[in-house]
Amino acid sequence: MALTKIMIKKLALVALVCAMTGASMAADNVGFVYVSPIGDAGWTYQHDLGRLQLEKETGVTTSYVENVAEGPDAERVIREMAKRGDKVVFATSFGYMNYTLKVSKKFRDTAFVHVTGYKMGENMGLVNARFYEGRYLTGVIAGEMTKSNILGYVAAFPIPEVLQGINAFIKGARSVNPEAELRVIWVNSWYDPGKERQAAITLISQGADMITHHTDSTAVVQAAEDEGVYAFGYHSDMSKYGPRAHLTATTHHWGDYYVKTIKEVQDGTWAPISVWGGYPRKMIKLAPLNDAIPEELQNRIRNMEEQLTVRELHPFAGPVIDQSGATIVPAGKNMTDEQLNKMNYYLEGVVSTIPN
Amino acid sequence: MDASILSSILFATIVAGTPLIIVALGQLIAEKSGVLNLGAEGMMAMGAIAGFAITLHTGSPWLGVLAGMAAGALMASLFAIVVLTLMGNQVASGLALSILGVGLSAFIGKPYESEILPTVGAIRVPLLADIPIIGEPLFNQQALVYLSWVLFGTIVWFLYRSRPGLVLRAVGESPSSAHSIGYPVIRIRYLATIFGGAMAGVGGAFLSVFYTPLWVEGMVAGRGWIAIALVVFATWRPFRVMVGAYLFGGVMVVQLFVQGSGLGINIPSQFLSALPYLATIIVLVIISRDQNTVRLNAPVSLGQPYRPEA
Repeated sequence: MALTKIMIKKLALVALVCAMTGASMAADNVGFVYVSPIGDAGWTYQHDLGRLQLEKETGVTTSYVENVAEGPDAERVIREMAKRGDKVVFATSFGYMNYTLKVSKKFRDTAFVHVTGYKMGENMGLVNARFYEGRYLTGVIAGEMTKSNILGYVAAFPIPEVLQGINAFIKGARSVNPEAELRVIWVNSWYDPGKERQAAITLISQGADMITHHTDSTAVVQAAEDEGVYAFGYHSDMSKYGPRAHLTATTHHWGDYYVKTIKEVQDGTWAPISVWGGYPRKMIKLAPLNDAIPEELQNRIRNMEEQLTVRELHPFAGPVIDQSGATIVPAGKNMTDEQLNKMNYYLEGVVSTIPN
Repeated sequence: MDASILSSILFATIVAGTPLIIVALGQLIAEKSGVLNLGAEGMMAMGAIAGFAITLHTGSPWLGVLAGMAAGALMASLFAIVVLTLMGNQVASGLALSILGVGLSAFIGKPYESEILPTVGAIRVPLLADIPIIGEPLFNQQALVYLSWVLFGTIVWFLYRSRPGLVLRAVGESPSSAHSIGYPVIRIRYLATIFGGAMAGVGGAFLSVFYTPLWVEGMVAGRGWIAIALVVFATWRPFRVMVGAYLFGGVMVVQLFVQGSGLGINIPSQFLSALPYLATIIVLVIISRDQNTVRLNAPVSLGQPYRPEA
């Protein structure tokens, strides 16, 4: 809270300076709105890496406000950025969508890009990443390396994006080990290290020897390190928090996309589109593979990364069968983006019950 | 149920309840003297970062706990000056302290976000830890868990068996009477408030040094508020505070086990997440439903400013 206030004050100062020195100075500024503190790992940290890459490669100036709550506060921050003449505003959390749309209608000369979400506008585009592609690969590793055949997953909220990750993970595991089963614990919070750790330890005590998480802290990886099992990180490379336990992580990379967007805006060729990028756009990568992964498996994973890049491999290729045994996608077909966006079920192999 | 699962549920319950017990017992003492400090969340956050930073620099978790204690006490002193000397409103000042602590800890903690601490090992009590099921949970825990029990015993003895405890309760019941027979009401309230802050700091340090050995902004995640609520729902009685804290921790742990068990129990996870709060409130309200006991234990002057006359 206090930090946000300091940032806002800084912003106000920047706005004042810009107003005094004329619009030209602000012409190439790019604003970023972050939902959490940048920290050292996690969702916002990855966006900030992208921002730094953007500064380095294009020479534009950037500014950011961190820890902006998903509510009316977000509208104020986004409006402030547009008002001071930022060329592009990146709003990096789902809950900013309606506010971004509202502000975009008033500032037609500014390009707005919202990360995740589904609403677009005349000058508001969308971007998201196919996180599930990385999840599938970590699932393959888990399926090959598990001894107990029990995998564990600490998850935040049952929304399609999280379910895509869970289902891709078990589908990857089952593709190499039909005996593998997945247990899911929902902590109903994006961020509560104590509870995340508790959930991880619960899964481990129930026999899981491969765990991963879709929450924002590094607590799950640390718990795995302490309890002597393996873990897969998420968002960022979390190997520092569990040098032995951390096999790899599904990591997000927004920098290339940010650079491309700014260049298009500068050239006047930008149009508000919806981008859902994965391996082909290099928006998803795996963190360096731990030496504990056998070399043969490492090679296979590298090979699958290639296949994902050229779209020869689709994590949700048919047959896709859900928990009840019903066929969602028949053999020979791939799941459509529309189906992916509406995912609200578990696939076979998940032994927990879906909350609804 | 498998004995080892039962044992690990009990183990996790005790760990989850420990920070709540330490913080809530500290608040209990402050409230018994008539001071309502809603700043527990902020004091815990400051205790967490102070404990983490000092442990990292010195390598000693014990110095970390002391630093957490000092940070919490410092925050509470600030609060005490505002409400006891300057007669500020306790509720508003407490809320401000909470916001200040959370924000300030984030600011101070910025450079520590990428650091990690080694896990503090458990202390095993020989023989007793070998008792089936309850041995591990009760006698193979980290040192602060044992200390929370010592704290509990000391506070029960202090409040109900010692003269200073009687004076403290008298101050909370009727500050003007206590003043008129010569007790230094304001000084006693200062001490009680600072003790409450110190315990909140220890609770915070437990989180960042013992429970999840890392520092991240907002890691207290509402536990300060739960501790404050526990004191009220336990009608200011130490034993009930302890029951409530373990109940809260226990229901949280059990719901995680139910979700992970794959038993196919069809209960929405959102409801399961709310269950610890519901269960704790319901149980404490039921055991505390006797109006006379409530009136007997609630400090009458809680939250009211008092200025001694000449």
